[in-house]
Amino acid sequence: MYLLLRMTAERLFFGLITLLIVSIIIFSAVELLPGDLAQEILGQSATPEAVAAFRRELGLDQAPWIRYLDWLAAISSGDFGRSLANGREISELMSSRLGNTLFLASYAALIAIPVSLILGILAALYRNSWFDRLTNLVTLSSISFPEFFIAYILILFFSVKMALLPSLANISPEMGLGDKLLRTLLPALTLTLVVVAHMMRMTRAAIINVLSSSYIEMAKLKGMSPLRIVVCHALPNALAPIINVIALNLAYLVVGVVVVEVVFVYPGLGQLLVDSVSKRDVTVVQAASLIFAGTFILLNLLADLMSIVTNPRLFNPR
Amino acid sequence: MKFLSLLKQAPLSAQFGVLVITLYLIVVIFAPVLAPYGEREVLDSEYLPWGGEYLLGTDNLGRDMLSRLIYGARNTVGIALVTTIIAFVGGGLLGLVAAIMGGWVDQLLSRAIDVVMAIPALIFALLILTIVGTSTTSLIFVIAVLDSTRVFRLARSVAQTVVVMDYVEAAKARGEGLWWIIRKEVLPNVSAPLIAEFGLRFCFVFLFISALSFLGLGIQPPSADWGSMVRDNATLITFGDVTPLIPAAAIALLTVAINFVVDWALHRSSGLKD
Repeated sequence: MYLLLRMTAERLFFGLITLLIVSIIIFSAVELLPGDLAQEILGQSATPEAVAAFRRELGLDQAPWIRYLDWLAAISSGDFGRSLANGREISELMSSRLGNTLFLASYAALIAIPVSLILGILAALYRNSWFDRLTNLVTLSSISFPEFFIAYILILFFSVKMALLPSLANISPEMGLGDKLLRTLLPALTLTLVVVAHMMRMTRAAIINVLSSSYIEMAKLKGMSPLRIVVCHALPNALAPIINVIALNLAYLVVGVVVVEVVFVYPGLGQLLVDSVSKRDVTVVQAASLIFAGTFILLNLLADLMSIVTNPRLFNPR
Repeated sequence: MKFLSLLKQAPLSAQFGVLVITLYLIVVIFAPVLAPYGEREVLDSEYLPWGGEYLLGTDNLGRDMLSRLIYGARNTVGIALVTTIIAFVGGGLLGLVAAIMGGWVDQLLSRAIDVVMAIPALIFALLILTIVGTSTTSLIFVIAVLDSTRVFRLARSVAQTVVVMDYVEAAKARGEGLWWIIRKEVLPNVSAPLIAEFGLRFCFVFLFISALSFLGLGIQPPSADWGSMVRDNATLITFGDVTPLIPAAAIALLTVAINFVVDWALHRSSGLKD
């Protein structure tokens, strides 16, 4: 138990340090901007006095590390500053979009996790059969496809040819849950196809790895059915790598939404990020990157912790 | 000749992969000869259908789709290739240096790389592209730097198994320089896994650049490029026209082909070791 606690504390500590360093990198991004932030906002025609006054107001006359600490303190209380492009509060711009992005990512995860577990178990159960080969071929190709290709193929079939689902995922807060789920089904399916391939292959590999151990041989000799062997004996022992890969793919999902949101014109954080990059709206890009990177790091940390916690050997050290 | 006889024994998927890659290379090299019209020539009205004068119709500005597709091969594949090569030379060399020198050099490089890898690549790229602006040169360097982190990890871990060998110790004891050890002792022994990795990294870079171009932040117009061609002509899909899917399919086909060949190469190198 002591070992477990120590390892967990260690990972948490390193995760926190990584978050801090990443926030420093993202903060310094603005420092690297050619020219002056105040000049950039006020435009070329501003008088030197106005620029100087505005610099003081933004705190640009202070040392970088003082500004970094102020920035960090402001962000931890939810204040991300203002957009350079339109002067609106960034937290206001982001709040509903962040919710939408998390909604889409969790929707996709809810479809992807059971599907990939079932497919992975089936492929391990019937390995080297036509089913295994077919899923192998399909997953290899879907890994190699660009996300927008999968998205447009789905749009072409489900919304243009069959007219079943809307091709634009323009949701608004006052919509009911059912309506929201229907409108975001295509983007969720696209994301599912992207991550299922990876998760399913890992599930299959982890189970097959366990299937070669001697207690499985024993179960087989007892006359147990193959399905029972896989579900009752192999799966619990393959759980650690599977949970790990699920958490990693959740991290991937959060970032992967960027392209999919653009294809389906979904009002999420990814769309905001891409728009702000083309407008070179640095403060918004900074805030959005911090949220994406933070979520990514936290999910990776979760993957790490889960694989420690689900490892039974750590509970009973020698 | 040796390669051809090897290829005859290869599985069907690998043969298909090699064939596709060769075709792409031919298109890349002979693009001006193969394309019926110029890359940036505005010829006719927009969105003309297939057939007639323009085999695949025209795009959103009235340029010949087929010619854009052929020149796009040159731009997209070319830029991805250059980026991968820079990432490989940079990341690979640093990885080898970290493995051979060990000590604080290794620690410093590895920790720095860990931090960069903690940020998702797409987000990092978007952040840097906001600052340096979207041009082809900055695109190549940003992605090369981000991708070299992965190459560094692999090169370092493969080289570490070689560095502890007696012949490297002997070379060090003889007083050979770092560059000599890298070139004569380590590199020949780590080239096989690195070459397979090159294929995978190329696929990753290629998809990454296509995604950025699709978002309008990668290769800039009027250069023809597959990612932005999909974006520019996407409206046609709502009318049931598959034309915008052709460049996307071209991207997918090349990555699938490379994956098939890499799969075969990895299988072969692991099989030979047994």
